[in-house]
Amino acid sequence: MSDVLDAPKPITSRFDPRFETTLYAHVGAAGSHTLAYYQAHGGYEAARKALGMEPKAVVDEVKASGLRGRGGAGFPTGVKWSFMPPVDGRQRFIVCNADESEPGSFKDRYLLEDDPHQLIEGMLIAGWAIHATKGVIYVRGEYYHALERMRVAIEEARAAGILGTGVLGSGFDFDLILHRGAGAYICGEETALMNSFEGLRANPRLKPPFPAQAGVYGLPTTINNVESFCAAVHVMRRGAAWHAAMGTDDSKGMKLYQVSGPVARPGVYELPMGATFRELIFDLAGGPTESAKALIPGGSSTPLLPWSEATLDLPMDYGTMAKHGSMLGTGGVIVIPEAKCIVDAFYNVVRFYAHESCGKCTPCREGVATWLPKMYQKLLAGQGTREDLVVMEDMVKNMRGTAFCPLADACAMPVQASFKHFRHEYEHLVDTGTSMYPRRREWAE
Amino acid sequence: MHQLPTVTPFFADKQQLLSEILGRYPNYGQRSALMPLLWEVQRAERHVSEARVAEIAEILGLHATEVKGAMSFYGTYHEHPVGRYHLQVCRTLSCALAGADEMADFLEDELDLVNGETDAEGRFSLQFVECLGSCGTAPVLQVNDTYFERVSRSRCRALVDAMRRDALPEPTRERGGDNEAAEPAVATEGGAT
Repeated sequence: MSDVLDAPKPITSRFDPRFETTLYAHVGAAGSHTLAYYQAHGGYEAARKALGMEPKAVVDEVKASGLRGRGGAGFPTGVKWSFMPPVDGRQRFIVCNADESEPGSFKDRYLLEDDPHQLIEGMLIAGWAIHATKGVIYVRGEYYHALERMRVAIEEARAAGILGTGVLGSGFDFDLILHRGAGAYICGEETALMNSFEGLRANPRLKPPFPAQAGVYGLPTTINNVESFCAAVHVMRRGAAWHAAMGTDDSKGMKLYQVSGPVARPGVYELPMGATFRELIFDLAGGPTESAKALIPGGSSTPLLPWSEATLDLPMDYGTMAKHGSMLGTGGVIVIPEAKCIVDAFYNVVRFYAHESCGKCTPCREGVATWLPKMYQKLLAGQGTREDLVVMEDMVKNMRGTAFCPLADACAMPVQASFKHFRHEYEHLVDTGTSMYPRRREWAE
Repeated sequence: MHQLPTVTPFFADKQQLLSEILGRYPNYGQRSALMPLLWEVQRAERHVSEARVAEIAEILGLHATEVKGAMSFYGTYHEHPVGRYHLQVCRTLSCALAGADEMADFLEDELDLVNGETDAEGRFSLQFVECLGSCGTAPVLQVNDTYFERVSRSRCRALVDAMRRDALPEPTRERGGDNEAAEPAVATEGGAT
């Protein structure tokens, strides 16, 4: 094992000289969305390389890279690809989940708008790897600009022989269907997305069967996030070892982190996995513009972490977040300022999930969509009691793991964390009838 | 479902568009065209009426209630016409931290509308919506299909004034973060022609 001891230290900082941006390298460059630009910067070389390999070898390469799904759940991408059943003549689908709508997440939008060919190339590679000749890109309805950019990019790719019959001069046929959603967060849940795509109401489906067994139209399907497909391009281009040289034990490669809330330079930043909150929030985003008391690490469904020097030094990876009772999620960090009332902030979060509940399951319909927002309204109106707090905590406990899909959990977990770390703000509100942090003017002139 | 006799079918003179949309989906998956057909109607007519629902049902071999069932699942299909300028204010956490609630109040006052209303003239509709995925450039105001980002009070006022003159400006695309660069949203639209 001496080679392990001698192995170079993994890259876990954006400022490591060995790190270079890949996923987001071209976003913002003039014309980055065009095929001409993409091909002038090495575009579709990775797909050519993949098409020269056995599909199984492509899956193995992605497995070896350690890439985990970037949509929030973090399931190993190569392992997911290997779940596809043996080829049996039925149509197989590769689906891109571009229904980005977890509050605090906005990375996929820029990939779709400014680097659409990167996604097409990633889907082409994945399609080859799992023997799927058809791909679906499901874009959330509000991302109209992204949709138009994708539409033009797909037309360009077809005209250039990158999509269609015998793509890139190979014997492989592959084409894409671009599908516009209509503003429903639940469509980010993979089986709800498939129902939506089929023209049904977007209620989640029972699992099993999983999409690999019965996905789109009941046919074998693999579904991944936009960023996961884009990462696969760079895994193929530079190799699994290059990807695995970044990050921590359970979290390899690069990641698009996002930061919003009161910081000097909010936005999307590409960092190696395992970089710290401090690096993202201070070194890149310029630090908070006012005193902060908490941060949400990966989109509004991930439990908040209290703001502290120790928190800021945590590496942003799957294992560390789990160890601290939260999740990496989409990597969408929201900084919560000291002066924001936690009860008000989490009423906002609850209102979101209430709006997005599909109403299928009782804990979610009654808890998320009905009673929890009402309880928050009661508290914020200064009418709450200590007993209400107990009822709310009990309610969210009973929402955990009791619904069909993770939406109820996505609402319950952040509420539980807000009670755990900021119960004193809830108590102050019910005891005095007024918030510890009254609403203030926040809108820039 | 009977055809309403006084209404010319939406797709009557758009057969090419119709076959293009149906052609996107496999023969066994024609129902997938439901959402794109709804979008076509809504973009042209600013809502989807009962007659159009019935027409789409007939095209797809469904009952009208099945089309309505799917349509009503989503927040962005409208049963009643929205105004020429459909203002959608994101109020979710990151936008709220950047003043979205005040922007919502401002628009209610300024337009004399409450959430969900359309004015008598049919110019403005106001709707409060949830996260638009523009958290890094908050607060965001979506006008029809276009995002206006980092909307300060003065920018918001200027936008409303412009819409009153039917002179909505081109938005500036903003990103923040890595590779920050603002650019006109439409001027760089390129690619295959």
